[in-house]
Formats: sequence, structure tokens, C-alpha cells
Amino acid sequence: MSAGQTTAGAPPAAEDELLAHFEALVASGETVEPRDWMPDGYRRMLLRQIAQHAHSEIIGMQPEGAWLTRAPSLHRKSVLIAKVQDEAGHGLYLYSAAETLGADRADLLDALHRGQQRFAATFNHPALTWADTGAIAWLTDGAAVINQAPLCRTSYGPYARAMRRVCQEEAFHVRQGYDLMRALCEGTPEQRRMAQDAVDRWWLPAVALMFGPPDTEAGGADARTAALGAAVSRRAIAWGIKHHTNDELRQRFVDQCVPQAERLGLTLPDPAIRWNEERGHYDFTPVDWETYRDALGDDTHWARQRVAHRRAAHEDGAWVREAAAAYAAREDAGVPPAGTGAAGIAADRTEAAA
Amino acid sequence: MSRGREGAPASWEVFVRPRRGLAHQHVGSVRADDADTALGRARDLYVRRGDPLSLWVVRSDSVHAVSPDERDPYFSTARHKPYRYPEQFAPLTQEGPDGDHDQ
Amino acid sequence: MTTTSDTAPAARAVRAGARTGAARADASRTGADLAVLLLRLGDDALVLGQRLCQWITRAPTIEEDLALSNIALDLVGHARTLLTLSGRLDGTGRTEDDLAFTRQDREFTNALLTELPNGDFAATVARQLAYTHYASLYYEALAGCADPDLAGFGARAAKEVAFHRRHADDWTLRLGLGTPESTRRMRAGLERVWPYTAELFDEDDVVRRLAAAGTVPSPAPLRPLWERRVGEVVARAGLTVPAPRWQARGGRVGLHTEEFGPLVAELQSVHRQFPGGTW
Repeated sequence: MSAGQTTAGAPPAAEDELLAHFEALVASGETVEPRDWMPDGYRRMLLRQIAQHAHSEIIGMQPEGAWLTRAPSLHRKSVLIAKVQDEAGHGLYLYSAAETLGADRADLLDALHRGQQRFAATFNHPALTWADTGAIAWLTDGAAVINQAPLCRTSYGPYARAMRRVCQEEAFHVRQGYDLMRALCEGTPEQRRMAQDAVDRWWLPAVALMFGPPDTEAGGADARTAALGAAVSRRAIAWGIKHHTNDELRQRFVDQCVPQAERLGLTLPDPAIRWNEERGHYDFTPVDWETYRDALGDDTHWARQRVAHRRAAHEDGAWVREAAAAYAAREDAGVPPAGTGAAGIAADRTEAAA
Repeated sequence: MSRGREGAPASWEVFVRPRRGLAHQHVGSVRADDADTALGRARDLYVRRGDPLSLWVVRSDSVHAVSPDERDPYFSTARHKPYRYPEQFAPLTQEGPDGDHDQ
Repeated sequence: MTTTSDTAPAARAVRAGARTGAARADASRTGADLAVLLLRLGDDALVLGQRLCQWITRAPTIEEDLALSNIALDLVGHARTLLTLSGRLDGTGRTEDDLAFTRQDREFTNALLTELPNGDFAATVARQLAYTHYASLYYEALAGCADPDLAGFGARAAKEVAFHRRHADDWTLRLGLGTPESTRRMRAGLERVWPYTAELFDEDDVVRRLAAAGTVPSPAPLRPLWERRVGEVVARAGLTVPAPRWQARGGRVGLHTEEFGPLVAELQSVHRQFPGGTW
């Protein structure tokens, strides 16, 4: 909830006048702030995007979090703890931003736990080896940074401010991931094999799922999908929520990763990758979105596992949250702390014996 | 009253003084049932990096704000009073309108 | 936030030790003794940090995931410094990673308290309460050591642990006074961990020699103050400090609980799968 949010009704102006004012504001590159009038579609699109992003951060803690206890050096353990911690933080920044749009954090978490709101399907991939933690950070966080850097200038103020924090911190994630992979590539043949195997498994989730469906024909969409995707993207771009198509960002990601992989001596698992002099970009296999989403969609073993893990933590913690609330209510009511006298201790003993 | 809607903990606005010489800046919000917890959470969330000088939390519902309907009466009067701005007046030096800023 | 005004006695104890101790102890003996002591402290931090890592993504709130990972991160940091210092002093030249990832279970010398399985959140809070109050006192005492490395570590770690202690205190109060269920669980948590607290303050020949030489203070004299501080928090939480009829011991000589084996296996699994690996 943002400071001073009020329930005051919109000023008595006609809807189209408000809309014109709103669109002019966005077109001039100004920021929309929580109490400004905004079209319902804008609010809904933002909420969906911010919630999905927040959920992705929280669910994204799991594949890497599973390796915290097994990190092979204390330095790497520290780095991984700091990274997973940042992800929790990013989730919280984003939930706060979503709350300025009138959503309630408890409802958002509920929607995640019930499978009603999505998170990036990338994280439905299992992290099978230590090298996966490096590949996730280098590739999926690398993709995230490319996706998110333009969001630092997104039209909605609280979202843009949250994203500036996220991006600053995310840069460390990518660098440490690349560094982790480099250490493996410079290590024993077994370590190098582990690194290559991880890249083989994480390349597609990053390149396909982190950027969303193709929204241009060049990006591999059929004419109808491209038109549909382009329409959604156009809307988001017009509102200043997005600044680029999914496929533009995907291309930027591939262009960035190919030379990095070469420096590491790793092969990206796409035989179509080659430099295209004419385009000034790397060519790569267009994303077969439908097939990919079906294989890694919302109802796979890992998708269920991720949500179940999250839900279990939430349910197991219910009594703790209730206790914190009860304590605060009691403090607010000015109830003197119990157990300060002999009576308290005696009662404690009696209850323990009972 | 420590509960927000839907039984969620209350919302608190977080302010940090990042370094000497600066005012506290609003950095975001946290949810917590009480002030001590809010401070701890604000620290964990907003000062993982950097070494700020101080940290405030304020209950979000304690912030009183001008309602959007009243924006004009509150804020749109300044442009009709140009005489409040120095550049409306003859410069103090020969260097032109910007020449006397530091005097 | 509370401030600690009673840090001075611990520091004074060190200085008193330095004056009155039989400072004739052979230097290499002292080095070896110090290596043993630092390994114990380092193992405490490492093993407790490992346990807290098991909470991350499973905490009652996302905020608590953050709080617990923050504490775990500090503990791993303490372990790194302490293990590095220990490896330098024991003559083997082992690094922090050699010590963490290549020793056998029986070579770990953490107090049993730190390896206790997490249990529910209340049991973790109870374990944190006991450990953070102890670590806070002992690190403050280390800050008064003559050795600059050790003193520097003590001063830095004491600051970090002060925040962990606040976290433990806050939760002890909230769970103790919260709901009937949280009160019951907090009481059970305290009952569960209390038999493991005495070991933190144990003295053996190593500790006695170091204290006598004025190198490092013994934790034993800190116990009354620890009891008072922890007792205050527990009383404010409406609970009573358990008075267990038995005290568990053995960690300092490598006799661990059965739950410790899996913890070490998990800790070392990747490192051991890649002999000669660089990370």
C-alpha cells in the first residue's frame, strides 16, 4: 500500500478527457504515479506483469536455494546466499509496487499458491548440478537484465523505482554467474563437462521463456501469433510499460551471450547460431513457443513442485504469522507482558505439567 | 491496529538517510505487525548494500496526503506569481541573467 | 534497539588474564591451542550457518527468508575468518575450504547446539537465542584480545551478532506471548535446546592454558551474564528458562549427534565429487 492512498473518487471529468490527459502524460515521457487516474487496462496489464515478475523472483529462489547447503567453497556459498537473498528482496520490492495499484500482497501470494497467477516457466526447470547455479545466473539472470533494464524507464513510477533497485543488484548476479562458470571451465575435465551440461539444459529456457512468446514473424511466430503478439506489445509500448518487442530483446540477449560463451569455451546448444553480417546480429533457431511451453508449462512435475514447496512454507508458517499479529495486537492494547511475576512462572509450570 | 486488509500485516513506509548532508529519502515500504519488526525488515530489505546513517519507518496509514481532487487548489497557483523567481528581475551584474547566481 | 552497556566485564576479564596469567606458555603450544579454539568457533559458525541455509525458501514469510539468510551469510563469513586463522596456526597450512570440505565428521569440533536440526521455527528461535547471546558475549571478549587479527574479528563479528541477537529476542517475545500455539511451541523449543547450552561454556585444558596465558579468555566466566540476559528475555516472553536434568557434551571432541553425518555429507558433497576441482 502506498503512502496516503485514498479512496477518493475520480475528479468529475469525462472518461475520454482523463484518457487523453493520461496518454499525453505517458507520451511526453512523464511518469504515472499511484494516485493518478489511469485506464483500467493499464492498471490490469501492469498488475499482471508486476505480479508475475514478483512471483518469478520468489519461485526463482528455489532452484538455486537448493544448492545453498552444497556450495563447494565457502566463498561460493556466501555469494549464493547473497544472491538468493537479493531475489527475496526483489520479490518484496515488486509486491510493494503492485500494492500501490490497489492489490493486496496476501491476495497476490494466494493467487500464486493456487496457481492462478503465473511465474516465469524458466524456473520450472530443475537445477540438477552445481553448475546449474552458474548457468542460471549467467543465462537466465542475463536475460532478465536485458528484459529489465528498459523497465527502469517504465511509465509507472513505483514499478520503475523498484526496477532500478532490482537492476543494480541483478548486475552482480550475472557477473558472479559468469565467474562461477569460468572457474568451472578452467577446472578439471569433469568440472568443464558439468558446466557444458548445465548450459545445454539452461540455454533454451533462458532464450525462449525469459522473453515471452515471439511477437514478430522474423522471431519465429506464425502470421496470426505475430499479429496478436505485436498487438499486445504495441499496447504495452504505447503505454510506456514496455519499450521493445520480445524478439528485439531476445536478439540482444543472443548477441551478448555468443561471445561470452566463446570466451568460456562453451558451446551454446543451437547449431543455427552464426554471425549474420548483413543483419549485424547472430542468427539462431526461432523459438518454437507452443512446443516449448507445452513441455515446460504450468502442469509439469517441476511446476507442481515449485508451487507446492512455496505453499508448504506458507502453510507451515501460518502459526508464526498469527503469533506476530497477536503479539502486536496485544502491545497496541497495552496488555502488560505476562510472566513478569511469580504467578506467571507458576502458571507456566502448571501448563507445562498438564 | 496492526492489521491491514485481508489480515496482512500493516504497511510501513521506509526512509533512509544515505549519507551525511542528505535528508531522509523514501525508499519503499515493508509489511510488519509492529514497529520493531518493521525496522528489522526495512534494514534487511533496503540496506543490504551501502552504509546509511539512519533508518525510519512510518505507518503508511499515518501519512496524510493531499487528495488528487484538491491538487489544483493546492499546487497550481505558483505559475501566476512570477515575482517569486529571481530571473523576473534585472540582473545584478553585466554578465546576463544567469551571471549573479552565486552572489 | 537496545544498546549493550555491559560489554566491559568481558573485555576486562581478558586484560586481567593477560596480567595474571602464567604467560610463560611455550609460543608454539599457544599457537596450537589457539588453532584448536578457533576451529571450534569456526565450526560453530559454519554448522549453524549450514542449518540456517536449510530454512531459506521455507521460512514463515519472505521477509524471514531474508532475515535468516542474512544471519546465515554473516555466520559463513565468521567461519571463513576463523577457519583461515586456525589453518594458519595449526601448522598444516590448510585453507578455509580444506577445513570445511575435507575433514571427516569426527574432526568437526562444533558444540552440539549448533548442529541440532532446525525443528519448527520456535526451535530455531530458541537455538538462535542461546547461541547469539553466547556469541555476542564471547566475540565482545575476543575484541579485547592482544592479537590484532583476533581482536579485529571479535569487534566486527560482535556487531553482526548483536543484530542476530535482536532478531532472536524479538521472536522469542512474539512467539512466547503470541498465541497459545506459539507459546506452546516456544516453550517446547526452549526445552529442546537447553540441554545443549552448557557445552558452549565448557573449559578444557586448551581453554584453560589459553586463558592462563592471557591469549584468549575462557567462555566459562561469561555464563552467569549469559544466564541473566537470556533469562530476562525468556521471562519477558512469559516463559521460564528450562532447568534440564542432563547436559549434552561431546561436540568439542568430535562426538556428534546422529543427525550430524547427513549435514556434513550435504555440505561436502559437491566438493568431494570433484577431486582436484577449483571453484
